[in-house]
Amino acid sequence: MTRAGLLGRAGLCALLLAAAGCARPAVAGQRTVVLDVRHSRFLPDHLTARVGDTVTFVVRNTDPIDHELIVGDEAVHRRHEHGRERHHHGDVPGEVSVPAGAERRTTFTFTHPGRVEFACHLPGHWAYGMRGEVRVDGG
Amino acid sequence: MGRQLWRAALVGPLALLLAIMAGAGPALACAGLVGPGGTVRLSRTTTLAGYADGVEQYVTSFEYAGGGAKFGSIIPLPDVPTKVEKGGDWTLRRLVQETQPQTLAAEAAPAAARGDAAVEILKARVDALDITVLRGGGHAVGEWARAHGFGLSPDAPEVLDFYAARSPVFMAASFDAPAAAARGQRIGDGTPVHLTIPTDSPWVPLRILGLGLRPDERVQADVYLLTERTPAMLPRPSPGDGLELARSQDASPGLLRDLHADKGMGWVRESGMWLSYLRVDSAASRLSYDLAVDASGRGDPSPVAAGLVGLRDGTPGSLPDPGPPAAPWPWWAVALGLALAAVGGARLARRAR
Repeated sequence: MTRAGLLGRAGLCALLLAAAGCARPAVAGQRTVVLDVRHSRFLPDHLTARVGDTVTFVVRNTDPIDHELIVGDEAVHRRHEHGRERHHHGDVPGEVSVPAGAERRTTFTFTHPGRVEFACHLPGHWAYGMRGEVRVDGG
Repeated sequence: MGRQLWRAALVGPLALLLAIMAGAGPALACAGLVGPGGTVRLSRTTTLAGYADGVEQYVTSFEYAGGGAKFGSIIPLPDVPTKVEKGGDWTLRRLVQETQPQTLAAEAAPAAARGDAAVEILKARVDALDITVLRGGGHAVGEWARAHGFGLSPDAPEVLDFYAARSPVFMAASFDAPAAAARGQRIGDGTPVHLTIPTDSPWVPLRILGLGLRPDERVQADVYLLTERTPAMLPRPSPGDGLELARSQDASPGLLRDLHADKGMGWVRESGMWLSYLRVDSAASRLSYDLAVDASGRGDPSPVAAGLVGLRDGTPGSLPDPGPPAAPWPWWAVALGLALAAVGGARLARRAR
């Protein structure tokens, strides 16, 4: 390979590395995660985060039925599973309704290590398996 | 017959006794019953699928459950019906009487591509029942259902896609509660609906019966087939898999005479037909298939029609036992075979030396 060819390849590699760097979160601890909803399932349904991370969930509902995303501890999920609260306008962090075919966002900060569940608590959805988990590692 | 047409009389196919809803809801039907807040539970459904003279007829019964809220059901169809009309008055009851005489009183008592909109291809009114035949993908039909006041359970998107991949034709039916009340319909009164469906690949929808149920809830249904010959079925009925062939016999002259005399049942011959009676009794989670029927004499029911194989990607379904040729050899059997062959080969080689 000629010297010009080698230089060209090196340049390309540098460009790719720079692009990869740009793809990382600009600010440490802030992330955006896209959650697709299809057939009443979250994709992906397992995520990882670190204590202190603030995650913006972008929920894209591709189903013809309404869903919601609720992120929180066991008490939060128990309240939503057994309560009558059905509409979440996004003013509570980690809680948002996502109408059929729509996309909605909500932001949640993970403050403790452990496992945090996210789920849909519309009638029958949690039991159907519409839930996932965030593993939160210590800071 | 050139193009193979079938006639299936699904008299109350997915539902004859379709159901007694828990609670006081309004209307219902067989198949996937949907109401505000999700699917309403059905008790038991009865279906007759008859095939004769190359045309399929599908007749189902919808049971009025009173109340004022909107309820209805969505039934997947194997193809586009050419006619929707009121079904006969006694066909389903007569079939039950023929096969389960001791339980007659109890049984008879309760008397396209995503993004495209579903297209209404046929609308009909049968007594107080509004019927719409739709063509569209699972997503489109789900959107149509929502827009028309049907509630859908969380499994509905997947189930609708399951059927739409094979046949994007659905029938939605809902009772006009005030009209039903005005007609003097009582809770439990059934309205039989009869569809004539030309199709190359007949099947009876079973998976839809589990719509909205918990995985461990039981689905119980009676399915009757009336065919010109002894039918081959897929999956092959097996009580262990929740599908039992309870009767398989020549239809009696008395039965055929009675059915033939019912409204819209003139397609039933007065002799020379075969009656099959299948009992479905399965956990909802295991009822992941439909019943494909081949009454041509070739004995080759379609695994696609049974929902065992995906139409597009050839993905196998999750049926317990689809039949003989389907299962690939397990890896350990192949490994064992290779090992035995190697040992045998080595011995032969030693002997040759």
